[in-house]
Amino acid sequence: MKNTSLIPVVLVGFLLFYASTDFPEWGDPQSPASSSPVSSHFIAKTGVDTEVPNMVTAVLADYRGFDTMLETVVVFIAGMAVLAILRNFSRKKPVKRGHEVSVEPDLIVTNTVRLVVPVIQIFSFYVLAHGHVSPGGGFQGGVLMGASFILIALSWDLERALTRFPINRCMVVAALGILLYAGIGVLSMALGGEFLDYAELEKVLPVSREMARYHAMLGVEIGVGFTVTAIMFALYANLSSRGRLEGGL
Amino acid sequence: MGLEIINTLILLLLVVAALVALRVKDLITASVVFGVYSFLMCLLWAEMGAVDVAFTEATVGAGISTVVLVATIFNLKRKSSD
Repeated sequence: MKNTSLIPVVLVGFLLFYASTDFPEWGDPQSPASSSPVSSHFIAKTGVDTEVPNMVTAVLADYRGFDTMLETVVVFIAGMAVLAILRNFSRKKPVKRGHEVSVEPDLIVTNTVRLVVPVIQIFSFYVLAHGHVSPGGGFQGGVLMGASFILIALSWDLERALTRFPINRCMVVAALGILLYAGIGVLSMALGGEFLDYAELEKVLPVSREMARYHAMLGVEIGVGFTVTAIMFALYANLSSRGRLEGGL
Repeated sequence: MGLEIINTLILLLLVVAALVALRVKDLITASVVFGVYSFLMCLLWAEMGAVDVAFTEATVGAGISTVVLVATIFNLKRKSSD
């Protein structure tokens, strides 16, 4: 069986190698991706339309705002699915697993984490808020924030992390993130534009149309950050404890 | 020229990491090697100038997904059967 499965693998591998000779050179200005009118439009217009220096963020949060919103919804649904399958509401005393031993958290580890967690969290805010100018944005900032809570759960135990970010609040924050994103979209609709047409927000913000798009992008990035933070932590909490939400790893 | 050498080195390490992740018996080791693979991809993207993608790969691929995999494997039998 193993040897017969090798045949399609080698065949597909050969086809992929064969196709890869057709690729344009890296950074080739004549390649289809670089010469399409869409990319030249973005390169020429992003700075003028939105005043955002980081083109990737502008495309992600503004030009393709619908796509990013539903991506966030996908993250939310994935978290809900894991919770629906794993979450264990019974109050029964759990069976001890083989490798489980009750030990005090290590002094060196916990003190290092004490020092590192605030730095991670401040960095995640920086990544989130600075996503327009430098690489970063809602997804990365949210993951970093979630990772800081996971670090607490890893070095002490899950209860300690859950006192800081209870699982019920997780779900509220995750839903709030999507609401914030969709709310900005609906608000721009109510102000006379289309869904997620941020430029219309100039009617409520004391800024120009371009800067309205700039600030609305920060708003939707914060929404994405909320959802991703909460779902990442909820995923870890449920997967590491078989949905019982207690004990260390 | 220098970049070519770094590129080749990263690509070779990528292949090695992928093969090790497939061949190794212990699942924890496999998931940690997957983290290494993700981090090498992140280096490759950063070197090509796609810094946003590299950042996402570093946080999601090398960071969270390794942690989630390890957390899951701790609740399973650790050896692969073949």
